[in-house]
Amino acid sequence: MAHVIQDESLYLSNYRELERSLGASEPAWLRRLREESIQTFTELGFPTTREEDWKYTNLAPVSAIPFQSAASESVAHGHPTLEDLESVLWVGSSHLVFVNGHYSEALSCIDGLPEGVKVRTLSAALEGEGDLQEHFARYAQRRRHALVALNTALWQDGAYVRIAKGTVLEKPIHLLFVSSSGGTPVGSPTRQSARWGAPVVSHPRILIVAERDTQSTFIESYFGYGGGVSFSNAVTEIVAGESSVIDHYKIQVENSESFHLATIQALQERSSSFATCSIALGARLARTEVGAVLDGEGADCTLNGLYLATDNQHVDNYTTVDHARPHGSSHQFYKGILDGQANAVFNGRIIVRQDAQKTDAIQKNKNLLLSEDAVVNTKPQLEIFANDVRCTHGATIGQIDPEALYYLRSRGIGRNEARTLLSYAFAGEILDGIRLAPIRVCLEGSLHARLADDISSHGGTELQS
Amino acid sequence: MANTRKRQQGTANSTSPLLEVRDLQASVNNVPILRGINLQVRAGEVHAIMGPNGSGKSTFAHVLAGREHYNVTGGEVLFEGKDLLAMKPEDRAREGIFLAFQYPVEIPGVSNMYFLRAALNAIRKYRGLEELDAVDFLELVGKKMKMLGMDQGLRDRPVNAGFSGGEKKRNEIFQMAVLEPKLAILDETDSGLDIDALKVVAEGVNSLRSPDRAIIAVTHYQRLLNYIVPDMVHVLANGQIVKSGGKELALELEEKGYAWTDDAERTGQPAEKAAEWRT
Ligand SMILES: Nc1ncnc2c1ncn2[C@@H]1O[C@H](COP(=O)(O)OP(=O)(O)OP(=O)(O)O)[C@@H](O)[C@H]1O
Ligand SMILES: [Mg+2]
Repeated sequence: MAHVIQDESLYLSNYRELERSLGASEPAWLRRLREESIQTFTELGFPTTREEDWKYTNLAPVSAIPFQSAASESVAHGHPTLEDLESVLWVGSSHLVFVNGHYSEALSCIDGLPEGVKVRTLSAALEGEGDLQEHFARYAQRRRHALVALNTALWQDGAYVRIAKGTVLEKPIHLLFVSSSGGTPVGSPTRQSARWGAPVVSHPRILIVAERDTQSTFIESYFGYGGGVSFSNAVTEIVAGESSVIDHYKIQVENSESFHLATIQALQERSSSFATCSIALGARLARTEVGAVLDGEGADCTLNGLYLATDNQHVDNYTTVDHARPHGSSHQFYKGILDGQANAVFNGRIIVRQDAQKTDAIQKNKNLLLSEDAVVNTKPQLEIFANDVRCTHGATIGQIDPEALYYLRSRGIGRNEARTLLSYAFAGEILDGIRLAPIRVCLEGSLHARLADDISSHGGTELQS
Repeated sequence: MANTRKRQQGTANSTSPLLEVRDLQASVNNVPILRGINLQVRAGEVHAIMGPNGSGKSTFAHVLAGREHYNVTGGEVLFEGKDLLAMKPEDRAREGIFLAFQYPVEIPGVSNMYFLRAALNAIRKYRGLEELDAVDFLELVGKKMKMLGMDQGLRDRPVNAGFSGGEKKRNEIFQMAVLEPKLAILDETDSGLDIDALKVVAEGVNSLRSPDRAIIAVTHYQRLLNYIVPDMVHVLANGQIVKSGGKELALELEEKGYAWTDDAERTGQPAEKAAEWRT
């Protein structure tokens, strides 16, 4: 065979290295957790398309690349400056920045947080109060999910946020993960692979614990810096305490060579409200799994998403809403715009347990195809064991309405601009739902530019009238 | 639209018509709909086109505006001496053609104002004019809305989405008022309007009238023509103009219906003959 299949052994050796470098610095429970998890990973291996949940997303290219963990935040790779990040650190929020999985103090800023809000790096949390263990690695399925296990074994740093009972956090907390794979900034005209570093992997990790009666907003974002190959394998766990309100955004804009796999798992207690909006714009292959367990009566959950993919991008969203208690409600609304030969997958799972009477669950997935070569696989998966519930779902795959296009053109608007306008309008429903205004405005701008770009580069393939 | 005809790009002079349609033939799904239309419209004129349902009035309007899927099988159309049929729909609009749709299209998610400003600026850019900024644009829009008695609330709503029939028609005229075309084609803009709305729409149209603009009004009713007085009235039947006359013709049609024009058609240009031309 011409090329070496790297497979799981690479990560096992990564693990041995990490184990050596950490020595006995980590507490025993954590060392045990890592050891267990690397075992789980080597047993399960990378998911394959033979597994139902991975039928349409092939990780073979990921497992074939010899990714290396970065030893520290800056070594061997170009390092972004504050200036580089300015445009993405919107809101003037408190932000923690991680580069290739390592905390960057120089780029981070924790400021003006009310008392009762604790924002730490995981490594600092391990040294500090010692309350990390209570919730860490208890929600995402590290025993059954290979990638969660891999992250749990190999994470180098991440964020731990704890909001104490009754605290209202006015400003969002932004957790920013940069994959830096070389000195050439993304979008720079010189795309010389010679200048890129070796393929780099990181395993970002987040734990958010919002105690009862709290209110908080989080942005979790993933950016690419440099044009090289990178792989982020992220895990986020969120505990929404009784009557807490959490607004969460995940924004992924990694470069077109990168692989992005992420799992977000929330546990919701009684009357809590958890909303997340997952925006996927970048990466060669991206999959985001969002799961929420509504484990208290009257919990409310909103999972929204917007994905844009072009060229050969592959974007996969997998949601699981698990209604375990009565009177819960959940709303899922994912929209995607696909151009070029892009591939999108949406798998929306709703579980209503026997106990979860009076559940109200709704799921929608709508896709707009801008090219004939783009492909969407969308599948609802309902598992309902209670009898008094309302559960609706629907998926659509459509094209730009030719009548609307003609109408716009008949008013003087050029074909590509009209297509951009209509695609943008399609995304509007999700954007309008974003409560955090600076994020919305920023996304509106970049979405419009991105669509205009895609459409002008692909517009020529279609028959001009 | 398949179109191989090329013509010297001419410029209009005072004697040449603004719009010249010569023996225009078009079909949809291989069914001939327009079967040899001849029409000349000079700047400053108002032409009314009447005719029974399904006679091809809207088809004619859309062929002029550039809708896809109409196959022009013969004839030509010159707009200010230029080959209109060779142009993309957006370029026709930029050259100064505006079609008020019989059935305006709803476009959820695109605000009326954003849409209209994009349209106006695209047209201005094409003509080498500076684009209007938001402030100037809103001022312009404010004036036109007032003139047409439009509810300011419609400004920020998505284009035509959830508009009543009357609101949609008014929105077409409002767009026309902002874009100030050289040739406005109104396709049954009067249908479904009550008399007050009709007056407002007519006023909007009349405010656009000038010696260098022209209007083609497609209508079934004389009442619009009380307010927008035509120079010429044409009867379109079975894909051809079978009768043309002055404004009296509209009254006559209102009185007698279209039935009597059948005779005119038979003695005028027989359909059989039109069919022969195509082969
Ligand atoms: N897209 C289409 N596909 C098939 N047939 C069409 C299409 N558009 C128009 N036609 C046919 O062409 C003929 C002319 O239609 P058109 O809409 O131009 O008539 P009209 O004179 O505007 O009628 P009305 O007064 O009802 O508005 C009709 O027989 C109609 O069914
Ligand atoms: Mg019609």
